[in-house]
Amino acid sequence: MDVDYSIEAPVVRGRLSLSEIEELVAKPLDSKPDKKFFVALSISGSALLIGAIGLFFTFYYGIGTWGNNQPVAWGFGITNFVFWVGIGHAGTLISAILFLLRQKWRTGIARFAEAMTIFAVMCAGIFPIIHTGRPWLAGYLTPYPNQHGLWINFTSPLIWDVFAVSVYFTVSLVFWYTGLIPDFATLRDRTTSKIKKSVYSIFSLGWRHSSRHWLHYEKAYVILAGFATPLVLSVHTIVSFDFAVAILPGWHSTIFPPYFVAGAIFSGFAMVVTVLVFVRKIFDLQNIITLDHLEKMNKVILATGLMVGYSYATEFFFAWYSGVQFEQFVFINRAFGPYAWAYWTMVSCNVLFPQFFWFKKIRRSIPAMMVIVILVNVGMWFERFVIVVTSLHRDFLPSSWGMFTPTLVDGGILLGSFGLFFTLVILFTKALPVVSIAEIKAVSDGAQPTHHGANHG
Amino acid sequence: MADKKIFGVTALFNNPDAIISAARKVADSGFTKWDVNSPYPLHGIDKAMKMKPSTLGFVTLVFGLTGVAVALFFMWWTMSVDYPMVIGGKPYFSLPAFIPVTFEVTVIMATVSSVVAMFAFFFGLPRNAHALHDTEYMKKVSRDHFGIVIESDDPKFDERSTLELLKSLNPISTEIIYHPEKERYPIFEPRFLVFLFGVAMVVSIGTYFMLNKLMYIQPFNWMDEQQKIIPQSKSEFFSDARGMRLPVEGTVARGFIPYPYMGEATPKEVLSNPYFPTKENLELGQRKFLTYCSPCHGNYADGDSRLQGQFPNPPTLHSDRARNFPDGMIYHIITNGQNVMPSYASQVTREERWAIVNYIRVLQRAKNASKSDVKFAKSE
Repeated sequence: MDVDYSIEAPVVRGRLSLSEIEELVAKPLDSKPDKKFFVALSISGSALLIGAIGLFFTFYYGIGTWGNNQPVAWGFGITNFVFWVGIGHAGTLISAILFLLRQKWRTGIARFAEAMTIFAVMCAGIFPIIHTGRPWLAGYLTPYPNQHGLWINFTSPLIWDVFAVSVYFTVSLVFWYTGLIPDFATLRDRTTSKIKKSVYSIFSLGWRHSSRHWLHYEKAYVILAGFATPLVLSVHTIVSFDFAVAILPGWHSTIFPPYFVAGAIFSGFAMVVTVLVFVRKIFDLQNIITLDHLEKMNKVILATGLMVGYSYATEFFFAWYSGVQFEQFVFINRAFGPYAWAYWTMVSCNVLFPQFFWFKKIRRSIPAMMVIVILVNVGMWFERFVIVVTSLHRDFLPSSWGMFTPTLVDGGILLGSFGLFFTLVILFTKALPVVSIAEIKAVSDGAQPTHHGANHG
Repeated sequence: MADKKIFGVTALFNNPDAIISAARKVADSGFTKWDVNSPYPLHGIDKAMKMKPSTLGFVTLVFGLTGVAVALFFMWWTMSVDYPMVIGGKPYFSLPAFIPVTFEVTVIMATVSSVVAMFAFFFGLPRNAHALHDTEYMKKVSRDHFGIVIESDDPKFDERSTLELLKSLNPISTEIIYHPEKERYPIFEPRFLVFLFGVAMVVSIGTYFMLNKLMYIQPFNWMDEQQKIIPQSKSEFFSDARGMRLPVEGTVARGFIPYPYMGEATPKEVLSNPYFPTKENLELGQRKFLTYCSPCHGNYADGDSRLQGQFPNPPTLHSDRARNFPDGMIYHIITNGQNVMPSYASQVTREERWAIVNYIRVLQRAKNASKSDVKFAKSE
């Protein structure tokens, strides 16, 4: 438990050799899936199936099977969308921003976090499309010359959203695949199975670990990270514009973009910790995904949790300071109205419980951090619920007030999105190296030349 | 062995410091077509190999700027030229509102083009037929070794002296790599291709019939198909199979009273007028006369058609004969038609027809007014 923060902890613990690292990471790919794997897969698969049934009801009977109504037209669909996009942000933050900041410890978790980004954005992308009620019309969101002679409205935040989320998904996928290519080559060269070799050969594109290639490759990595960094900030900013550009009290607020980005990183890191705690245990990766990694992530959770808490306070201050009656009413109604339970769940999960991370013992205790990060996930889902529902359900005209009650179908689809996410995560752990083999080799002890003073770095 | 073509010679090292100094020596010997393979990027290898910095950034720059220009130009053209629309009181070219999409298009153009350019044009990938693949050398450098390969294409290459140079660098092993024999793929045998073509034909034709003939479902029918009988359609329910039903014998439709003298050119007797010429009735008559009668008979029933000779002009209604018609006779002509004039029974209702009759009487009296009428009108 004694940690000396004055020296940098080694990225890879246990003095592993290069080939030992490779064996460790590639082991899940070489062995047959065991019973635990199928148990986990069947649980997540069942959740996915429940979501599929929910979607069947949605398409067969229509959007009326949801709890959405007037005035709460956004309900669970948009809540889940914002939640999942937010989860995705941690991956890009770890892989791009921490890369630019030269944080070597990101190496052990970057691949997994990027994969989670891609899966989370997939889950997110479903919701706005099914929320429209007619998903087959989603093609109209693309600007193509059509028989109506019409173009899309480029000044609408909803169109910005389409561009932001689809670009985010594509760039994350390209970034992820670029990182995977050397690993595919390594897997190709170590496997003994003919089928696996063909598959890896196709995906590795015939990569030869050539230094002449590494030169451009590293440049491309910097370029991708450089673009992914503003991109990830822009995505949740644009998602927040969906709300902030509207004139509804509780949404119409300039604090939304930074508030949403902080919340996204907060929830994303919580999800990454939730999943990594299991992955490092199941796949014996404690030396690569070390306790130091988890502690650093918990520190990020603490910091972003404070930012989120500050935003909650600022919103109240704005409401009071603006002197706008409707604005003040919305916030009093949030804290003391019919949805006060959701508001206080959000505040306690997002602001109070992360404060335990001030203690080193709790930051480095697996069971304690599990409880807190799951509470953070719950709290961040409720934050989006509070923003969507409490702002909509009572606005300007008391005659148009209403209540939102989710239906079983709503709950089923939410559960299904978790099912999709975890199914993809579980399949990923068995199909691809969960840690970047090339990158982790490069940062292990003694991997880089030592005594060439002028050439070093 | 002798007929095999040499690709190059390789040497393996097992620590990063050794490979750096070895690379420096090979670079100093003046070779150009050689490479260092390592499982991960080595710090300082670019300087040891005397490589120029990567020019990939220029691709990114060019495509990024193209993205900015394309996005802005496209939004300007759609929103202010092709289909200008005022949205939220913003100008047609609303730069702040165009920034998010411009940014996203820039990012995707810059990143995707850089990656594609790097793999496809800088590296010439995908390329799985390279001589280095499937060699012991490749398996080692893929895992935990560092290797140097000097290709036979290099002008300074000579099998023996190059191998000696590599051996002088204290490698753990050296290897000569030969070009692989041209591989023969069983899937490119003509027999297999014909078989493949046959399978493709059967599958696609079978799929076509399955999906389009046997189990066709219209994907989104937009209520094209409805469980109702539309005009002229066949009925499965009635024994005579007529979708459009005839009235039951001896009945009339609601609001429809049959006219007894239909089809007679000069009826023996006519109906009598059931309506008094009240103000409302005359106004109704005027409206309907101007709509239905005036195009041919003229606004004042003088027989001065507005149709400019496209039809023969009808006679004036101010003739003695017309003035002496009983009301019922004028009603009969409107209902039944006369000469070229068709029946107006379907356009003008019974009440409206009688109102027109009353209005024609007004016109006739006004056109043929006597002194006493003027006196009467003034006294009104």
